[in-house]
Amino acid sequence: MKQNNRRQLLALPMGLWAYLFVGISLLYVVGLSFLSTGEGFSVSGPIGVHNYARLKETQYISSLLLSLRLAALTTLICAVVGYPFAYFISKTSPKTRTWLLILLIAPFWTNALIRIYGWKILFYANGPINTALKSLGIIQRPLKLLYTELSVLIGMVYGMLPFFVLPVYSSVERIDWSMVEASRDLGANPFKAFLTVTVPMTASGLMAGVVLTFIPSVGLFFISDLLGGSNTMLWGNLIQNELLKSHDMPFAATLSVILLVMTAIVLIIYRKKGGEAENMAF
Amino acid sequence: MQDNTLLSLRGLRKSYDTQEALNGLDLDVYRGEFLTLLGPSGCGKTTTLRIIAGLESPTEGKVYLEGKDLTNVPPEKREVNTVFQNYALFPHMNVERNIGYGLRMRGIDKKTIKEKVHNMLKLVQLEGFEKRMPSQLSGGQRQRVAIARSAVLEPKLLLLDEPLGALDLQLRRQMQFELKGMQKRLGITFIYITHDQEEALNMSDRIALMSKGKFVQIDTPYDLYEHPNTAFAASFIGETNIIDSTVEGINGDEVLLDIGGQQVQARSRDWLVPGQKVCLCVRAERLRYRKKDPGCKHLQGKILLSQYTGSDRTVVIELATGQKLISRHTTEQEEKIQPGENVCIFWDKDKASIVMDDRGTQPDETK
Repeated sequence: MKQNNRRQLLALPMGLWAYLFVGISLLYVVGLSFLSTGEGFSVSGPIGVHNYARLKETQYISSLLLSLRLAALTTLICAVVGYPFAYFISKTSPKTRTWLLILLIAPFWTNALIRIYGWKILFYANGPINTALKSLGIIQRPLKLLYTELSVLIGMVYGMLPFFVLPVYSSVERIDWSMVEASRDLGANPFKAFLTVTVPMTASGLMAGVVLTFIPSVGLFFISDLLGGSNTMLWGNLIQNELLKSHDMPFAATLSVILLVMTAIVLIIYRKKGGEAENMAF
Repeated sequence: MQDNTLLSLRGLRKSYDTQEALNGLDLDVYRGEFLTLLGPSGCGKTTTLRIIAGLESPTEGKVYLEGKDLTNVPPEKREVNTVFQNYALFPHMNVERNIGYGLRMRGIDKKTIKEKVHNMLKLVQLEGFEKRMPSQLSGGQRQRVAIARSAVLEPKLLLLDEPLGALDLQLRRQMQFELKGMQKRLGITFIYITHDQEEALNMSDRIALMSKGKFVQIDTPYDLYEHPNTAFAASFIGETNIIDSTVEGINGDEVLLDIGGQQVQARSRDWLVPGQKVCLCVRAERLRYRKKDPGCKHLQGKILLSQYTGSDRTVVIELATGQKLISRHTTEQEEKIQPGENVCIFWDKDKASIVMDDRGTQPDETK
């Protein structure tokens, strides 16, 4: 009992931190969303749901749909590319594996913003990609790569891929391969064995990967800002604009609340389905 | 090839890097047989089984099933199924789906699958467990599901890799009988792996004793126990006295052995030559002794230790050569002989066998 008390005491700073900087801030944001904007960064009355009523406007709805679609596409591409990659890593020798994981994590040592600037240079009309294609004679005039949905998507997949690969890798690594051998032994060809045994047994990693890529993808703003310009207004860009350009804190808060609710929904689905994922029937 | 030969291994070799795991195996397994691969851990039993299942390919040699070369056939196309050591039940499927898995992979219709799974569950006495998940089953139940999952496919050959290894002693004994009964009911040929000699003796029609990637002896439990060919075979199974001796003279069926200056007669073997160093094997329970009398024409020794264990008594006798022999007998009609007394040692000549001394070449992992 005494032990337990002391442990709780030790957790106090962390608890205080969470309540102060997460809990109270969130309540502040939610409260703010019911107010109106005043002079500069100030807020004033009247109190009401008028900010939420504005969300009906087409630009917000289309931005929400675009955000969801790009996040879903990013997640899907990460899954298609990341799952085989994670599988491949876990199948290599321990020495190669260490190197591949280091290579996967190494980019994190450089700021994400700087890496996205790198992509921007690659996509320029006179950037390396266009120059290479032109000198190879494949194209006559430079392709419009920058400020397109495609460039944003590439940037997002690039940014999110490690977050998909790592959880999947850790679940593939823990697979009991005798299960896969058993399925082969019972008459499954390699493909069927993969679908009926390997995938369900790594479902928890797959789900974690989906959550870890989808949720941040919805709120990302700097990638779309740099690679999409004003053509690609994602939900994160809207929040940034309202806050930094229009100085409309209450409306920015409203948009954030919507993002929070979406995140919460995804997490609730994950928590509910996560446990059952291992029992996915095939 | 004999008519009722089901599986044949010919010159099977397997090496990992420079390590030789299998060292040229030849084996014929007959239809309906319960054959056990017995040997100490690391002797190559599991590798042999995995090659038969198709989960590994041999470096050299062939596997034939009913005369057809299986060596390069993938595991899913072999009419051979395996019960894995850890059962390898699919954790995300219930009992019914686990057992029906192989049938589904064969594209059999749902109704037939349900019927076959139900019959199988009845056979392994697990009716009503259809919807349980593997994590909700006991070790013995899991094991039966694993057997049912393989047996429902009616394979020509069922491979079992130490399926009782994870169970406690009592359940193990009970499962030994159940398994044997199941094999008879199913009419499937079993190749069974164990390192437990008692299990092998209890269940097998034949035992293939392995050591260092080779078969030491392939025989019925009776012949393996009564007529071992080598010192390794004699010492791996049962409690055996291996007495160092030299061949003095051969006289037809009989041979005269010299054991530290004392002469003993034994049944001859066709490979014996005078002067040869051999081992004479006498099981502990076949070794008898009595108080030494002037007319003793047998081996002589001195009692070193006498231990009463209820139904049995274990006695250690030291020979003049310093070698120690063990005698185990029932306490029913025993003669009271104290440690330190000299005794006359004897045994039924037909119950002792001369074997090749392979102790230098075999691992000394015997119990």
